[in-house]
Parts: sequence; C-alpha cells; structure tokens
Amino acid sequence: MVGFVIVSHSAKLAEGVADLARMMAKSAPIAPAGGLEDGGFGTSFDKISAAVEQVYSDDGVILLMDMGSAVMTAEMVMEAMEDKKLRLADCPVAEGAVTGTIDAEAGMTLEEILEDLEQVGALKKLS
Amino acid sequence: MNTEKLISTIQKIGEKIEAEKAFLTELDNVIGDGDHGINLARGFGEVGKKLDGLKDKEPGDVLKGVGMTLVSTVGGASGPLYGTGFMKMGGVLKGKADVSVSDFLAGLQAAIEGIMQRGRSTQGEKTMLDAMIPAKEAMEAKWGETQDAKAAFAAGVAAAWEGVESTKAIAATKGRASYLGERSIGHQDPGATSFTMLLEIVAGEV
Repeated sequence: MVGFVIVSHSAKLAEGVADLARMMAKSAPIAPAGGLEDGGFGTSFDKISAAVEQVYSDDGVILLMDMGSAVMTAEMVMEAMEDKKLRLADCPVAEGAVTGTIDAEAGMTLEEILEDLEQVGALKKLS
Repeated sequence: MNTEKLISTIQKIGEKIEAEKAFLTELDNVIGDGDHGINLARGFGEVGKKLDGLKDKEPGDVLKGVGMTLVSTVGGASGPLYGTGFMKMGGVLKGKADVSVSDFLAGLQAAIEGIMQRGRSTQGEKTMLDAMIPAKEAMEAKWGETQDAKAAFAAGVAAAWEGVESTKAIAATKGRASYLGERSIGHQDPGATSFTMLLEIVAGEV
C-alpha cells in the first residue's frame, strides 16, 4: 500500500493531520514529520527521512508539505533517496492526506493517487 | 584559497552569524517567521563541529560537507537554500586544491543557479538572490578589469549591500514574506542580508 509522510513546520499540525487521516483510513501507512528535533518550529531533513523509512514499501510514498522550507527540505530528502519511489503532492495538506490515504486503502497506485490529489486543491468548500 | 584557509574562513562566518543572530532574527520577525538568525546560527554551529573532520578534504568537498550539514540542521528555508548553494559551489570546485578568484566566481554562479532552482525564484523577488546576483556581476566586472582579487571582492560586497538596500522597495512574492505582500515593502530581506555578511567575511580573507 502507498504510504504518506506529512511534512509541516509544526509537530502538532503534522500529528493532527495524520490522526485525521487515520479516522477514515485506519490501515494506510502515514507518518508525521513536523517541527525540529528540539520541538521547535521548522522542517527537519532527518525527521522527514526517518518518516519515509517508517512507511516505505515498494508501492512508494507520497509526501504532503505545508509551505516554504517544508517543500524544499522534502525535495532534498527525495533527491538523497533517489533509489526510492517518492513523490511530492501539490495539494492542501489536510484534505490531501484524507483523500490520499482513502485512495491507498482502496488499492490505488502511487500514480493514480497523485492524479487524484491534483484535483484536491481545486475543490470548492462553499459551493 | 586552500582547505586550511577555507576552514578558518568558514569558522569566521560561523562567528559572524552567531554575533548577528539577534539582528537577523529581528529582520525576519518583521516580514517572516522570525527564525533566520537562530536557524543559521544553529546550522553554522553544527558546521563548526564538523570542520575538524574535513581538514584532509579538498575545498570542494569541504563546501559539500558544509552544505549537507546546513540542510540537515538549519530547519528553515535557509537550510535547503544555503545548503544547495554550498553543495553546488563544492561541485564546481571538484579536483581543485586551491580556489582561484575565477573558480570562486564559477562556484558562485553555480550556487546562484542552484538556489534559483531550489527556491523557484529569480532576481527582484526580495530574496538572497537580490544580493547574490549583483555581487557576482560586480566581482566579475572588477576582476576582468583589474585582475585584483581584493578589489573584485570589495566591489562584490558593495554591490551586495546595494542589493540588500534594493530589497526594501520590493513587495515579496517568495517565501514567508509573500504572505505580507505589499506590507513587506520598506523592510530589507534577511536572506540577502545574511548572504552579504558571508561575502564580507570571505572578502576579508582574500
């Protein structure tokens, strides 16, 4: 099954998003990588790398990021692990995590899930 | 510049960043998330601990080691950005035991390109590039004209400070400051400022 890593500047936000996703998709592998080692705000290369290892299988892992350094650091982890099947998703973190993990549980492939996640940002909530 | 000189220069950069930590953070407090100085000081603090282990490497590999340490320890956008910059410069200097002014300029060009790609940014967006690009151009021009390293670096530092000044007039479209948009006008960019401080230290060692 495709795994997920939530990259955020905030440890609480990353953990909360992972919890939210687990409400509906209990068996999908998802790992939070939020904040710095010392608990402060920021994004940690080592935390993201460890989270990828934790949920990795041959089906691949999708990383969802908040902003700025979360995107750049996730990108650098991906480059450092070029032997692994890793992809970045360009979508809102919370909605993307829920959509993606449900897709993964339904047996969708990494490519299919990424395609689905591209639509997530376009979804209107008030119409 | 050989490895020994490079390592002592990087140590001085670390000391400078530590000394300017509060100032850089204050700049970032106004238009960013207020962590620039703290993050860079943490990163260069870790770099300082690793320098001894890089003594026997060639300059290019020292720079790569510095870049990788910054990526894994800075924790903010300056980690991947400066990290990419140092790593790209290190790549260009591969195989050279001594770094000439031309080598440095080629390395700086590679660093600029790497940072542009990593940050999906270009000149005029209120970022470190607004100091880096004019600095590189001024150094190249002065070096071509005089073949005087000191004069070239002095021209680079002056152009970088002018670049920092120019960021005040720009509304940020990249990085955390972009959330402020027009409200970021009037404030200088922390990344452009820290880059200029780095270059100033290097200039002092030439």
